[in-house]
Amino acid sequence: MPSVRFRLNGVETEVDADPDRSLLDILRGQLGVTGPHFGCGAGECGACNVIVGDRAVSACDAQLWSVADKDVTTIEGLGTSEQPHPLQRAFITEQALQCGYCVSGILMSAAALLKRNPSPTSREVKEALDGNLCRCGSHNRMVRAVLRAAEEMAAG
Amino acid sequence: MNQQAPAPSQPALPASLAANPKLSSWLKFSSAGQVTVSPGKVEIGQGIVTALAQIAADELDIDLSRVQMIRASTVASPNEGVTSGSLSIQQSGRALRHACAEVRRIFLQQAAERLGVDIDALEIEDGTISGPGNVRTSYWELADEVSLDHNATSGVTPKIATRRALAGNSIQRIDIPDKVFARPRFIHDQALAGMLHGRVLRPENARAKLSELREDGARAVAGLVAIVRDGSFAGVVSETEHGAELAVRALRKGAVWSDGDPLPDENDLASFLKAQPSELTVIDTKTATSSATAARTIRRQYTRPYIAHASIAPSCAMAQWDGDRVHVWTHSQGVYLLRADLALVLKLPVENITVEHMEGAGCYGHNAADDVALDAVLLARAVGGRPVRVQWSRQGEMSDAPFGAAMAIEIEADLDAQGEIIEWRHSIWSNGHAARPGRAAQPALLAAFELEKPFPRMISTNPPQANGGGGDRNSIPLYDFPSWRIESHRLTTMPIRTSALRTLGGQGNVFAIESILDEIAAERGEDPLAFRLRHLRDERAKDVIRAVARRAKWKPEKQPGIGYGIGFGRYKNTGAYCAAIAEIEGAEEITVRKLTLAVDVGEAINPDGVINQIEGGAIQATSWVLKERVRFDRQRITSTSWTEYPILRFSEVPDVEVELIQRPDIDPVGAGEAAHGPVTAAIANAVFDALGVRVRDLPITRDRIIAAMELTS
Repeated sequence: MPSVRFRLNGVETEVDADPDRSLLDILRGQLGVTGPHFGCGAGECGACNVIVGDRAVSACDAQLWSVADKDVTTIEGLGTSEQPHPLQRAFITEQALQCGYCVSGILMSAAALLKRNPSPTSREVKEALDGNLCRCGSHNRMVRAVLRAAEEMAAG
Repeated sequence: MNQQAPAPSQPALPASLAANPKLSSWLKFSSAGQVTVSPGKVEIGQGIVTALAQIAADELDIDLSRVQMIRASTVASPNEGVTSGSLSIQQSGRALRHACAEVRRIFLQQAAERLGVDIDALEIEDGTISGPGNVRTSYWELADEVSLDHNATSGVTPKIATRRALAGNSIQRIDIPDKVFARPRFIHDQALAGMLHGRVLRPENARAKLSELREDGARAVAGLVAIVRDGSFAGVVSETEHGAELAVRALRKGAVWSDGDPLPDENDLASFLKAQPSELTVIDTKTATSSATAARTIRRQYTRPYIAHASIAPSCAMAQWDGDRVHVWTHSQGVYLLRADLALVLKLPVENITVEHMEGAGCYGHNAADDVALDAVLLARAVGGRPVRVQWSRQGEMSDAPFGAAMAIEIEADLDAQGEIIEWRHSIWSNGHAARPGRAAQPALLAAFELEKPFPRMISTNPPQANGGGGDRNSIPLYDFPSWRIESHRLTTMPIRTSALRTLGGQGNVFAIESILDEIAAERGEDPLAFRLRHLRDERAKDVIRAVARRAKWKPEKQPGIGYGIGFGRYKNTGAYCAAIAEIEGAEEITVRKLTLAVDVGEAINPDGVINQIEGGAIQATSWVLKERVRFDRQRITSTSWTEYPILRFSEVPDVEVELIQRPDIDPVGAGEAAHGPVTAAIANAVFDALGVRVRDLPITRDRIIAAMELTS
């Protein structure tokens, strides 16, 4: 079995698996990283979004080989309750979810956005999250939370 | 609901408490300064667990952080039926409030005895009970001396509204931190020791039967543990999830299916619904006292398509057998009801089955949660004691789960010479809106219909009006028309499987009523808001309409391409009041720019939680109205992905403003389904305001608008 190496949430990781397997399969299966959620398996809902390099991608749609030698960040690597990412804090402050199943992917799309655009407009936030589906209708709260996090990060 | 006859001079217990009277089934004090609270209702993203914790902490005078909420299960929770119908605050909340009030009283009596102090001189602060002379004890000190293993009585009255410290406050939801820090909370993220993975094979064509199954391809997949086949039910179990996916794909290649049953014409649902055999129920009649004569009659037909629950997560369950006993983990809305159906299928006593709730994604009604639980049970039976986790595919979730029923609604309004409504006839054609498990002598679970010895396919029914009705929900006008006749035709055939979707028939009926009213008001040249107010007698109804009008500055000046519309409803005619104003923009393609809503749920336990539910309902309704329609050809459901079943995206979501009218002295009702009907009507009426055309068939798409324009010109 060939092996693929990448950095997962900052940790050097080596996986023995068919490189054509989906990244999500590997993360949730072999690696037991359950933050990225399975939603559709076709890159259409964003529930499994992770950051590869500096871009948010659907892990279900990315093949393992495509992350070789790259940095992969999942929600587990974004922050913890002890050291939360400003986005996580803002999502709590704004109570920006209902069921929350889509949130781990949405947080990753938002984190990728804030890396490349630290002070987005509301329209830019919506554009960045357009590949993420939310069925509960928490969209506006999520947009407010992303803007709040951006402000907080700008204020240092 | 179980209504207990009230004892003389004492108020009746809340229904849920009367049905589950043992106090210890609701709450227990643990030694470490905690209280465990076990409601029978479950978290489905609506924030119920937090609101119930608030109610318990308030009534017991303890800090919220001391309350531990226990997930519902058939071994440890009161049986509160199903978490649906916006009833959890009403049923579980009231029961818990009464139970906690009585428990508080019992502890005060014990404390008074132990401390030698008059009970009325005692106070409780964060669980510490103190009295004059600096005497003190606590719930936890007394816990061993006090038994809660007896039945609630109706003698204790909960606190009055002004003495509650937590209810009425927007406490942060207790489940949200886990979800933003990705601590495993969803059933999808749990791993049991030794867990295997299962997948089930289902036909593409509706109700096709499995005539042949070659297993060799699946057998060759590494990690395969079992192939299960029972009639047309077939599935695989593997050591890994990936292996299960590969094996079920191989199994599909080896499967030969019958043609299946024909489906209706998706482009002529009204004709289909009206042509089917049906059962007629007269829902309500009202007879006029005056004998005004009709000058003319306006007759309109409205339709709604089948709508998918379309949860973001495919349904998932785990099951583990131990001899003839089975343990099931599920995101079902009703653990006891699922257990009852599992017992029917397995022909086992209910005591042999434990059903435990774990959170799933939002379900919005009866989705595949219960179906996948039976799938897991059947697959796990083949692997001797190891737990099996089964997850549906996106495609399965979009085609095999029950849908919200399509509806055709006809309203005829007789108008007198002055254009006033003197007679009103409302007729509904629709499949039933409820086929939940656990309520009939036959199971409602998909795999049960596929077995070698199948159970008959359940035909959906409608709950009675006393429970809010089904297809007829919200069909009785809230307006003071002098006479009416409301009737419902429930189909007795069911080529497309339907069951409860948020609001049941409420969305369709409010859309129809509020649309034709808007039309009549416009014909009269009367402001649609004034027209509604003139026909309402209920001040709470008028208040939400006035409040939304103020908030949206009704009616803003006419601008080209912009339209405003209003819709109003009281959910189930007994629940939350809600009025909505929509602002839309566009021509053939419309955008909903803004929704303004006013809502009255009585006492709002967690105001931000109520607002979150109303916002979510408003946005989901916008999605239904603009985009959603289950697609099918004559053989199969074709809208099996997000491309074929699009829902509203971030860039399409309107701004939503919600005004909450607080009424702390009025018993609380739920908020989850209040917005859908009013928002649907408000958008349709705004389309007319902007474009001068009435679109009476949902969803309001570009094609439908163009067709309506062609009809008008």
